[in-house]
Amino acid sequence: MASATFRIWRGNKNGGEFKDYATEVAPGMVVLDAVHEIQATQAHDLAVRWNCKAGKCGSCSAEINGMPKLMCMTRLSTLPLNQPIKVEPMRSFPLIRDLATDVSWNYSVKTQIKPFRPRKPDTPDGTWRMAQADVDRVQEFRKCIECFLCQDVCHVLRNHHLHSQFIGPRFFVYAGALEMHPLDDENRLRELRDSQGIGYCNITKCCTKVCPEGIHITDNAIIPLKER
Amino acid sequence: MHEVDVQVTKFKFGQTSRIDLWWAQPLTVLLVLSAFVAYATWAAFQGVHYRFGPYLSPLYSPELWGNPLTAWIGGKPGWYPSWLVFSPAFFILPFPGGFRVTCYYYRGAYYKSFWADPPSCTVGEPRKTYWGERKLPLILQNIHRYFLYIALFFIADLAYDAWNGFWFNGHFGMGVGSIVLLVDVVLLGGYTFGCHSLRHRVGGVLDRLSGSPVRKKAHDCVSCLNARHMTWAWCSLCWVAFTDFYVRACSMGLIRDWRIF
Repeated sequence: MASATFRIWRGNKNGGEFKDYATEVAPGMVVLDAVHEIQATQAHDLAVRWNCKAGKCGSCSAEINGMPKLMCMTRLSTLPLNQPIKVEPMRSFPLIRDLATDVSWNYSVKTQIKPFRPRKPDTPDGTWRMAQADVDRVQEFRKCIECFLCQDVCHVLRNHHLHSQFIGPRFFVYAGALEMHPLDDENRLRELRDSQGIGYCNITKCCTKVCPEGIHITDNAIIPLKER
Repeated sequence: MHEVDVQVTKFKFGQTSRIDLWWAQPLTVLLVLSAFVAYATWAAFQGVHYRFGPYLSPLYSPELWGNPLTAWIGGKPGWYPSWLVFSPAFFILPFPGGFRVTCYYYRGAYYKSFWADPPSCTVGEPRKTYWGERKLPLILQNIHRYFLYIALFFIADLAYDAWNGFWFNGHFGMGVGSIVLLVDVVLLGGYTFGCHSLRHRVGGVLDRLSGSPVRKKAHDCVSCLNARHMTWAWCSLCWVAFTDFYVRACSMGLIRDWRIF
């Protein structure tokens, strides 16, 4: 069986360092499998958040060789195993310990966005009619699993730390899903421009590049909102 | 908005954990864009050899002022400063240039390549301050939606030029240059009709597209082109430079324009 070295960040908000762990790897393994193997055999106190192991819960977000990825969806066969695989926590959020970060800022941001407000019912029985063609566009946005990889990679948050003025790509997708919804009657454009910082986005498309659900965040959510 | 105590790493310029060739793409963009700007500027300052037979260089089209025999309006205008070099291209290039400079795709590309903001995804930046596109001068990038209308006029004009490129002394024919001009307008059309602002204008602004079938069809078509906007952008940019080079080289006698029929 082949062996690979994983260079994993160990530490908390007061500091830390990378530590190397060599472990055996087998075909079909993903990074999360290797991290679990290391946790079980070499570093029992290694903090790592995970849940579904199927790329749908968005829990195991981390940075693998410098790129934000889901550990459970990153196959070892896609990585150069002849050199140490660097695994570190998301850098845009406060570190709790090792690979676990505090992403609660995102939940508070979500409360700032005006909720869904449907227009008056279309029929006397209090129901609405909408065409599939009209919801196709926003259904793409509903694929978001809230892994916050897009928030992590966005340089406005990552490098400039404008968390108090910029809601980040995830919430432009969320706002876009509401704003473009055929039944929604609310207007969120003023907040998006004035307090939620859509003008900070300079369209680097890094968010689109790292989205594990393949959502075209920049082209289908952010730019249409900028155009509105 | 909610404050967050983000005790994150302060990344130095170029600092990253990435091990791939992250610098290759921004460097390529820097070199190709710089080469195009240098060539287009040089070609614009020439003021001659922009027409050969029925072919007109896209850098000089439409020829508003220029050769009195072929220009739309006439020769060099009287109000033109005598101390300034005259070239018909000077009246043209600011408009397609403005459309490209403010294009959503190019913005993201040249912010990385020319301004390192960021150099690439998850790579440290050289500056600590950041305004984004919220303030002057970059808030002016929003003028893109108005440049779009001028760009659409240019597509019509270049299509007319491409049609003219098939007429030799009143007879329909085809030379290599005819194909070069035709490809040029097709690529520019693919780029312009895939514009994000056009996508918004034709249908993206509506929440209920199903009620407007024509606009829905238009939105679907623009979206289809928009999905390859980057490809269209680079192909059309390079082909514009090549088309000018082809017409110029024919006009200067450096190459022969082969007639197919």
